[in-house]
Amino acid sequence: MFGLKSASLFGDTKKLEREIDEFVDIVSEVGLVFKSIVPTYLNHSANGKFEEMVEKVKDMESKADKITKDVEHTLYEETLIPDARSDVLRLLEHIDELIGMYQGNCYHFSIQKPNFPKEFHQDLIELTETVVNCVESLCLTVRSFFRDIKSVRDNAHKVTFYEKESDIKFSSLARRIFDSELPLDQKMHLRYFVEKIDRICDQAEDIADEVQIYAIKRSV
Amino acid sequence: MEITILIFLFGGLFLGWSLGANDAANVFGTAVGTRMVSFTSAAIICSVFVILGAIISGAGTTETLGKLGAINALPGAFAACVAAGISVYLMTKVGLPVSTTQAIVGAIVGWNLYTGSSTNLQVLITILGTWILCPIIAGVIAMGLFTFTKRVILNRKLHILRLDAYTRTALLLAGAFGAYSLGANNIANVMGVFVPISPFTDVTIGNLFVFSSKEQLFLLGGLAIAVGVFTYSKRVMFTVGNDLLKMTPVAAFIVVISHSIVLFLFASQGISAFLQSINLPSIPLVPVSSSQAVVGGVIGIGLLKGGKEVQWSIAGRISLGWMTLPIIAALISLIVLFILENIFNLTVSF
Repeated sequence: MFGLKSASLFGDTKKLEREIDEFVDIVSEVGLVFKSIVPTYLNHSANGKFEEMVEKVKDMESKADKITKDVEHTLYEETLIPDARSDVLRLLEHIDELIGMYQGNCYHFSIQKPNFPKEFHQDLIELTETVVNCVESLCLTVRSFFRDIKSVRDNAHKVTFYEKESDIKFSSLARRIFDSELPLDQKMHLRYFVEKIDRICDQAEDIADEVQIYAIKRSV
Repeated sequence: MEITILIFLFGGLFLGWSLGANDAANVFGTAVGTRMVSFTSAAIICSVFVILGAIISGAGTTETLGKLGAINALPGAFAACVAAGISVYLMTKVGLPVSTTQAIVGAIVGWNLYTGSSTNLQVLITILGTWILCPIIAGVIAMGLFTFTKRVILNRKLHILRLDAYTRTALLLAGAFGAYSLGANNIANVMGVFVPISPFTDVTIGNLFVFSSKEQLFLLGGLAIAVGVFTYSKRVMFTVGNDLLKMTPVAAFIVVISHSIVLFLFASQGISAFLQSINLPSIPLVPVSSSQAVVGGVIGIGLLKGGKEVQWSIAGRISLGWMTLPIIAALISLIVLFILENIFNLTVSF
């Protein structure tokens, strides 16, 4: 009665809380898988383990998509958080795009099979680690937006830090690739992959900025 | 009951409708304006609790209003209510959140002036004093509660969704309390003038419960308020909820609860008696303006946030409305009384 549906309201709330937590967990897990995918690819590209990991990322992406839709439906059907609803949905969509970027990278590795010479392996692995750390910090930022608004700024600052680190590593690696004796087509091909990985950080930073604005709007 | 008596009672019912459309909107305005509570839910809860408040606790403020000017003829009471109702309606058309309280006080003074009855200046000063105190008290309560609530929320680290669910529930409870307080405090505006000349008789139900003529009047007034809530308060709710200050749902809750506390304080015979018993100055039981309480609460929160977000021009216009409304009501009261006495040959006072 009264549109409150007390039991259902609190039930829906708990379910949604779990779903949103699960969604952020997925982002974090996809990052961890991605962190091992790159070295796996570089060391044993023909090995079936790499494809297995790509499939895993694909499954997680589908799961995240489903959660986004569920959350969207429940938020609108139950008219929950009317003041922050559009912000939350936009946030989830943008994070979903981030997962999509991870997945896209995996597919590109799987389809195009770029040939990274051994001398670039370590740099590429380090760039990947920085990118994953950046997204991990974003996960913390997002979690704090939902539970602990005071910590949003601190966590968002870490995202910015890793984004800058990633830029430095990207530039250095790209420079080394173009300074090498490789043929131009291969240089372009490798640069494309390095750039695509670095873009994940740019997206993470944009989302962190977004979250900071939402947090200001949400301040009681 | 004579048909003329019913017609005259319609004056009070018209004012009740105005009260439902305006003052009741203050109770749930912020909740509905922030879309935390649907209009239908707000209207149902508001109506039920306004009626309960009017019947159970409506007596205190009625006495005070009776002391201001004891209108002793039904046509006179009718004129006062119609004058108050019209003036509130006019102000609503201009988009200003006014209260029936100010209007009925102006109208009663108008009746006093017309009939040559003396206005109890002490009561008038008490009422005017509470009109100044009411928004200030509401503002101070809102500031205190807001600071406290904000601290609790930040420390508890509640999930945004959990906070939303709690806020929604709190808004409904505070709204119910607000509606009860409004009924208790403001029923005097609607039916107070009819109490000395009530056309009803006491009804005993099963030798257990006496439904007094006053309570019957208050029930009728409460129903009129409910009709006002359902038919006309939606637009006013959105105005109250959004225009003066863009509010978060938590701030909306603070405004509702501050408003409710103020109305309850000025209507509670129990609190007044308790304060007297411990030798403290008692709170005068005066019908205060719910609009003033809400605006006071909203501005209190606005000030806590630095005051930049408050639309001061709108606040100024509202204050101007508060000052002019009793005068307009008094003038309309004079005109209506003149018409009733000279055109319809009705006795407006004894």
